[in-house]
Amino acid sequence: MWTSVLVAVVVLLALAVVFGGLLGFAAERFKVEGNPLVDQIDALLPQTQCGQCGYPGCRPYAESIAEGGPINKCPPGGESTIKALADLLDVEPEPLDAEHGVEQVKRVAVIREDECIGCTKCIQACPVDAILGAAKHMHTVIESECTGCDLCVDPCPVDCIDMVTAEPDIRTWTWTPPKSGLIATDRQGASA
Amino acid sequence: MTQLWDFSGGIHPPEHKDISTSRPIRNAGVPDYLVLPLQQHIGDPAEAIVEVGEQVLKGQKLADVKTGMGVPVHAPTSGVIESVADFPVPHPSGMADRCITLKPDGEDQWCQRNPVKDYRSLERDQVLHIIRDAGISGMGGAGFPTNIKLRPPRDRKVSTLILNGAECEPYITADDMTMREKADEVVAGLKIMAWILRPERCVIGIEDNKPEAIAALRKATEGTQTEIAVVPTKYPSGGEKQLIQILTGMEVPSGGIPADIGVMCQNIGTAVAVAQAVLEGTPLISRVVTITGEAVREPGNFEALIGTPIEHLLEQAGVNQDAVSRLVLGGPMMGYTLTTEAVPVIKTTNCVIAATAAELPAPPPEQPCIRCGQCAEACPMELLPQQLFWHAKATEFEKAEHLNLFDCIECGACSYVCPSSIPLVQYYRFAKGEIRAQQAEQLKADRARERFEARQARLEREQQEKELRRKERAKAAADAAAKKQAEAEKAADEGEAVDERAAKSALVEQALARKKAKAEASQPPAASAQPAPSAPPAEQKPDIEALEKQLSQAQSKLDTMQGMLDDAKAQQADNVEKLERAVAKNHDRVQRAEEALSEAREKLAASSAESQPTH
Repeated sequence: MWTSVLVAVVVLLALAVVFGGLLGFAAERFKVEGNPLVDQIDALLPQTQCGQCGYPGCRPYAESIAEGGPINKCPPGGESTIKALADLLDVEPEPLDAEHGVEQVKRVAVIREDECIGCTKCIQACPVDAILGAAKHMHTVIESECTGCDLCVDPCPVDCIDMVTAEPDIRTWTWTPPKSGLIATDRQGASA
Repeated sequence: MTQLWDFSGGIHPPEHKDISTSRPIRNAGVPDYLVLPLQQHIGDPAEAIVEVGEQVLKGQKLADVKTGMGVPVHAPTSGVIESVADFPVPHPSGMADRCITLKPDGEDQWCQRNPVKDYRSLERDQVLHIIRDAGISGMGGAGFPTNIKLRPPRDRKVSTLILNGAECEPYITADDMTMREKADEVVAGLKIMAWILRPERCVIGIEDNKPEAIAALRKATEGTQTEIAVVPTKYPSGGEKQLIQILTGMEVPSGGIPADIGVMCQNIGTAVAVAQAVLEGTPLISRVVTITGEAVREPGNFEALIGTPIEHLLEQAGVNQDAVSRLVLGGPMMGYTLTTEAVPVIKTTNCVIAATAAELPAPPPEQPCIRCGQCAEACPMELLPQQLFWHAKATEFEKAEHLNLFDCIECGACSYVCPSSIPLVQYYRFAKGEIRAQQAEQLKADRARERFEARQARLEREQQEKELRRKERAKAAADAAAKKQAEAEKAADEGEAVDERAAKSALVEQALARKKAKAEASQPPAASAQPAPSAPPAEQKPDIEALEKQLSQAQSKLDTMQGMLDDAKAQQADNVEKLERAVAKNHDRVQRAEEALSEAREKLAASSAESQPTH
């Protein structure tokens, strides 16, 4: 009787030690670096790195969202980003927080080059290194890399940076949705 | 008899092909000016390699693609380059794009051509290069550069080469007329392509509504192994994927290309262009265009130079401008409405329909979907048009993508059968465009993230390096100080050890020196401290010296300034004013120094006068 109880206790103890060791090993061996949710959220953010949300860049904002922060602080992403975040986190989408700005059409910074004095202040402000230039030499914006974050506009001492709305050209043009207008019976009424 | 399969769906719209088949292909002649878009196909736009005002010969290369996928553009006739600027081009957006305009000189003078009679003696790559240099891109649809298409990936052996002569879309007869009149060239082009690809089987697929073309090609292929496959008329059997299914029974995998299943499709016009390029050395400078519709008096096909404005062709066909209600480029199913007649013929232009209001009426207004499912039955790609429509309308693009939106060939069969006249294809095109734009944005965002992270890493690294350098400097300074101290200590120790007497004598000397200094310092105060404790002359003496020095410095500065001013005045330089100001300033300075000096002297004199009576 006592031996069988002892055997059971010993066996269970041994099993506990073995599996405990296994789990401990697995936790160390297959450790996930960082929070994977942050990456997923970061992937949905527009990466303008503009700081309009109040965080220094998109990733810090993603981290704050992962910790349960509000999802409506990103004006460049606008409604579609809020919707995507709400989908990912399974929460209700909220309207954009106007305190952080309003959704705008995509823009790029353009330096009026003959007015540039070569102070490099905008280069230091650009979060994605999209401005090219050197001290006392004219600067220029690499248009394809500009995220339109506005951060270079304020530091410019001679106000020579414009934010320009990109006009659609023949290569970026896409079809517009059909206008769903009147139904047939209405049309007769409208033409009459 | 070739075995045929069938594809699901499809429709039978009225053909209207007989309008333009009654007349032979006419030469459209040389228009007053030619407009040559630099991008006439998918891929990268070409760059102009000629200057404005340059005289060019017929067939001369005007623009080429240096990096990326694309083919060159050639001069369709001899003349002068008038401009390289933005002009309206055939595009559904109606927007302008970069074009070369050429003013023909009427000479039609050819440049040097290099026909190759025996291409079999060349390397296959050389022939592909000839095809590329002739500017040939697919002449049926999207216009994929032919030389790239003819070089499938190494692991994709093309076993079946199909020449697409189905031409299933209503109204269009350009391929039909080409096959009737240029059957030999079609077969010659096919032979060249077959020689390049070495397929096991060559098939020309033609719809059974083109008996003359079938007869002509049968005659031209007599005695060869090329099969002529007569396929039943059904729209869209001329779609690449549909024709492959009809002729081979195989389906092109979703998202794949025909080469994935060992098949390649080429257009009739492309075959003719390849034959002309290789055998005659003629680049692609003209093509057959159908001008049809009820608003033209003499519809038919024209051999038109690339760059010919559509209005020139319409004039040739006797257009009745008042009757035209809509100008459609391409067929009625897949074409789009032109906003201007000024657009040129490009390498992919196959048909222009000048339609009257009765012929192609404005689409009836869209009504709600009644879920009848006719669109699904008509869809040749076996998609779910209704679901795609709902998702596209609700901008749920991800769901639409899941239902294989990108397999849609935009044939328009679903819109054609829709009893609610919903413009389904337009919804799909919109959804596709939005998805592509989103993907492009996502790519851009990813790049921005990478750049941002790289920048953060760089800033951090710089900070660390700065910190490291600061620490190193601090350490070096500390080391130097410690070394100095150690040396001093060592020197002191050595000094003590070497000679005690010397040290002692030094001490004595030091003591003596101190005593002497004390005595010297105490003497003058002893003389003057008693009578005048307020202003000790020991302090005033150096004061006067300093003041004198100051004065002389100011004087010399003033002198140099004066000299410079005189020079400047003599040379009439523009800095005279500045120098004058500087001279005046220095003058003031000298005066102040003089005043201070004289004041100090007076004071000194007064104090010494006071001190004298005490002695």
